Amino acid sequence: MRLELEKRPERSTLMALLSPVIAIALTLVTGAVLFAALGQNPAVALYMFFIDPLTASWSLQELVVKATPLILIGVGLAVCFLSNTWNIGAEGQFTAGALAGSMLPILLPGFESFLTLPLMLLMGIAGGMLWGGIPAFLKVRFGTNEILTSLMLVYISQLLLDWLVRGPWRDPEGFNFPESRVFSDAATLPALADGRMHVGAIFAVIAVLALSVVLLKTLKGFEIRVLGQAPRAGRFAGFSRNKIIVFAFLLSGGLAGLAGISEVSGSVNQLTPVISPGYGFTAIIVAFLGRLNPIGIFFSGFLLALSYLGGEAAQVTLGISDKTTRVFQGLLLFYVLACDTLILYRIRFTRPGVSAKGA
Amino acid sequence: MTVDDTTNPQHGVVGERRGTVLLDARGITKRFGEILANDTVSLTLRAGEIHALLGENGAGKSTLVKILYGALDPNAGDLVWQGQTVTIASPAEARALGIGMVFQHFSLFEALTVAENIALALPPGQSFRALSERIRQVSRDYGLTLDPSAIVADLSVGVRQRIEIVRCLLQEPKLIIMDEPTSVLTPQEADQLFVTLERLALEGCAILYISHRLEEVQRICHHATIMRHGKVVMECDPTKETAGSLARLMVGSAVHDLKRGVVPREGDVRLALKDLSAEAEGPFSVAIENIDLDVRAGEVVAIAGIAGNGQSELFELVSGERLSSSADAVTIGAVPMGRAGITKRRRAGAAFVPEERLGHGAVPGLKLSENLLLTRHSTGDGLVQGGFLKRDRAGALEQRIKTNFDVRMSHDDPEARALSGGNLQKFVIGRELDRQPDVLVVNQPTWGVDAGAAALIRQELIDLSRNGAAVLVISQDLDEIFEIADRIAVISRGKLSDAIPAQKLTRERVGLLMAGLDEDSGGAGDAA
Repeated sequence: MRLELEKRPERSTLMALLSPVIAIALTLVTGAVLFAALGQNPAVALYMFFIDPLTASWSLQELVVKATPLILIGVGLAVCFLSNTWNIGAEGQFTAGALAGSMLPILLPGFESFLTLPLMLLMGIAGGMLWGGIPAFLKVRFGTNEILTSLMLVYISQLLLDWLVRGPWRDPEGFNFPESRVFSDAATLPALADGRMHVGAIFAVIAVLALSVVLLKTLKGFEIRVLGQAPRAGRFAGFSRNKIIVFAFLLSGGLAGLAGISEVSGSVNQLTPVISPGYGFTAIIVAFLGRLNPIGIFFSGFLLALSYLGGEAAQVTLGISDKTTRVFQGLLLFYVLACDTLILYRIRFTRPGVSAKGA
Repeated sequence: MTVDDTTNPQHGVVGERRGTVLLDARGITKRFGEILANDTVSLTLRAGEIHALLGENGAGKSTLVKILYGALDPNAGDLVWQGQTVTIASPAEARALGIGMVFQHFSLFEALTVAENIALALPPGQSFRALSERIRQVSRDYGLTLDPSAIVADLSVGVRQRIEIVRCLLQEPKLIIMDEPTSVLTPQEADQLFVTLERLALEGCAILYISHRLEEVQRICHHATIMRHGKVVMECDPTKETAGSLARLMVGSAVHDLKRGVVPREGDVRLALKDLSAEAEGPFSVAIENIDLDVRAGEVVAIAGIAGNGQSELFELVSGERLSSSADAVTIGAVPMGRAGITKRRRAGAAFVPEERLGHGAVPGLKLSENLLLTRHSTGDGLVQGGFLKRDRAGALEQRIKTNFDVRMSHDDPEARALSGGNLQKFVIGRELDRQPDVLVVNQPTWGVDAGAAALIRQELIDLSRNGAAVLVISQDLDEIFEIADRIAVISRGKLSDAIPAQKLTRERVGLLMAGLDEDSGGAGDAA
């Protein structure tokens, strides 16, 4: 018996929907094997990892807090990936947005008005756009590889953050801890419930709805898809590849920046040397798992947020390293990309010798 | 224009053929779907002979050569190599027998050196130093100067071809197949190549030389096999033929009935190219030089030419996918459009159909109703309003094109990649004809399309022009050109000849122009 991949005449709609489901199932099976190898009861471990976090109000709110940046960044990245633009540096744009937005409460702590928050958010968006604009400019002007430049800018922004909170932006009353001053109430995103859930979640919902409309209903969305799938046909249609590169980077950078400032202002309330558990990178998985579709990304954002919570829970209750989270995320991306093959191909078993030769 | 299709090979003047028979291909047949690419083709190659394989695009030359080189399996026929029947299942087996091939497009890693590139193609186990020394020696012996340590990216196209040839020679082949080796060379580089080939032949190597350029073939080849529509139509000694007789044999003349209608009295100029020039964009791109052409309302003008002589470059300049350096270079209607993008040109009443259906004329993974938007999103069809797509209108329009142009599909509104070539071509052309454009520019309208669809498309093009549009057709198919064109111009190496009324032209003359020769005055490049 031999396994062959046979090309389908068209994309299979069924497989496009089933592929993430199969991928999640395979991830769980592989995870169970891994837990068993670590000497844990797989059923208990999977329960602690994926179900237990959904049983308490505080952890459900925590789920929303973690899903918010993943979804905001994920929908922006979907626009990039659909247009065949490879922004791998959302983590850097997230950090740049957090830095730019935090300037106001840190450098002008006395400026407390109803304008403080809107200004911070706008500055956060602008910071993310600026950071995303750099690889876009380099690509359009010099033809550099945006994967490398956007990724390298991640490290620059993280080191910049590190330097700022240890140096010029360190809290003067903070006993020399590497932290900025705590934001005033006027610079804090309002909470949505009794826990840590904040208004940022609403931004994520708005972004999902707005981009759904743009991608499916407008000429801009059509342009993005055409240029992503067939650049030559895009040029024939009169669309500009360079313009779309800039558009995609500014949009995804702006959304990542908004996620950054929302995270800092809504749940951390100050700058610390590390402000993200890798949201910008995890959002790449979120985008693909959600089929690069904003609605799909809404759900996959929650799933990946759950993997963060599960990792913490597993560490506390089972004593497993929280690096397990990374393992699960990696497995998931691996299986999603592998299963996506089935959208355009079907698997066929052939017996050796039967395949026609010559005729 | 009087030679009919022949079923059996004629024999022209064949001189005494010397040399022992190296490869005898007998009754080779290869079928792709309904198309017979090779129909009982026989070919005999002798040691020490430079053997030309002539034919138009689609005549079956490439298929035959791929079979000889083991890249394709024949459906029927035998290959006899040095007296023994063999099966050549892969290029590696061909090389083991002693058959080498130099491809038209090179397969070299630009970032590596000459020696590294060659080492990659040879069996492992040789010391690099020894290899470099052998490269130096072989290249010196054959007058193919090469520096083994040079980086490929820095080398000209001619030198890159030398690498391919040296790589081939290092395997000490008995037969070398060369696929249009001069198509990318300057005349001087070509001269050098001929010296090398003659030297190889003297040493007893057989060379199968594929070309469209009759002048070259007459100059260096000892024997020629001419193919048309998958069959061998003639074998001859090219030095004893005229370029004219060779051209006529290559081109043939099958006649189909199309309703030509009456050419209306001379209409206004709708599309004008004036001193249109553009530099080559890469090593495989052709420079466009001072092209002048007027296309009037009511007529079909055809541009004939062999692939790769600047057709796609010209198309991009006319369509606006690439901008000209001056606005006056391209005029649509009465408006200079040389600096305007493709959308503006479409709004001015022009429509374009590129050669590649999938990936250029249509996006494979989008539905037909979405592919409709590709060229008509801004042409006033109401498919987009306020930036929002009107999918119901696009769907209705897709239905209209499907009915009017007989586009057959297995279910409603499929992805473009699910259609057969002919049906997708009917859709892509129908999408533009449905607009009733004033100017239509179409590149290879019936490339790879079955005869029925081709006839329908050609009739549509004629009808469009008779209704008052200016139609410019770029084609390699002379049958097609003589069927539909009122005037014919020929493109060769980026230059365009004058457009001459079709009645005043013979296939022979067009064939000569296509091969870059013109015995009459008023040749390529003169202003109209």
